[in-house]
Amino acid sequence: MKHPQQYAGNLTALGSGLIFGLGLLLSGMNNPAKVRAFLDVFGHWQPELIAVMGSAVVVFALAFQFSKQRRTPLWADDFHKPTLTQIDARLLTGAAMFGVGWGLVGLCPGPALVNIFSLDPDILLFVAALLMGNRLAHRLAGPAK
Amino acid sequence: MTYELLGGTLIGLAAGLLWLGIGRISGMTGVLSSLFMWRDVSRHWAVWFFSGLLLAWPLYLLAGGEAPIDMTGNQLLLVSAGLLVGAGTYIGNGCTSGHGVCGMGRLSVRSVVATITFILAGVATVALMNLAGGWQ
Repeated sequence: MKHPQQYAGNLTALGSGLIFGLGLLLSGMNNPAKVRAFLDVFGHWQPELIAVMGSAVVVFALAFQFSKQRRTPLWADDFHKPTLTQIDARLLTGAAMFGVGWGLVGLCPGPALVNIFSLDPDILLFVAALLMGNRLAHRLAGPAK
Repeated sequence: MTYELLGGTLIGLAAGLLWLGIGRISGMTGVLSSLFMWRDVSRHWAVWFFSGLLLAWPLYLLAGGEAPIDMTGNQLLLVSAGLLVGAGTYIGNGCTSGHGVCGMGRLSVRSVVATITFILAGVATVALMNLAGGWQ
C-alpha cells in the first residue's frame, strides 16, 4: 500500500518537471543558438539569458530560505540537502569539461532533455551522447564522495 | 527581457516547489543519473520529474508557443559535445540547474565556483571557435 503522501510527492515532482520545462522553453534557454550568443562575450554578445539564471536563482533562494522554518518538506520526511562542499580538482575538471561541451553546441542537460519531443535527429543524437557520457563517467570515475 | 524573466521565474518556482514539496534539488544531472538507478526507490521522484519535463514540449506547442532550435548539424561536434556535457556534469556533480540555480540559490561556495568555471569554459570555447572560423 502506498501512503497518500507518496502520491502527492510524485505529483509534485511531475508538476515541477513540467513547470521547469515550460520555463526553459519560454525563456529560450532551449535554443542552442541563443545560448551560444550568450556565451559569445567577445563577439556578438547577447546577455539577455543572464536574466533567466538571475530570476531563477532569486526565486529559488526565497523558497530555500523559507524552508529553513520547516522541519520537513510538505510531502516527504527529509530535506535532502547536498552534502558535498569541497572545491577540488574533480569539481573543476568536471565543470570545465561541461563548459567546453556547452560552448561547442549550446546545449546543457535540461534544455537537451526538454527538446527530446521535437524529435529533431540532431537533438536525439546529442541526448544519446549525453547519456553515454554520463554512464562512461559513472563507470570510470564513480560517484563523488 | 520579459520572456527571460518569466521563464527564469518559472524555473525558480519549479525548483522551489520540488524543494518545499519533497525536499529534493532539481538538478538535471542528478535526474539523469537517477534514471539509471530505478531499483533505488528513493530516486523514483526523478522519473516523475523527467516525465513532467518531457511533457513541457508538446503542451507548450499545443498552447501556441514557439520553440525554435537553431544549432549545428555537424555530427562529430554534436557527439563530442554530448559526451563532454554528460561526463563533465557527472564528474562535477551538477550543471546549470543543480549548481547554477539551486546551488547558487543556497549560497553554496562549491556551486558558485562550479558555475563560474563552466561559464568561463563555455565563453572560452565559443571565442576559440570564432577565432578558428566557420565552426558554427
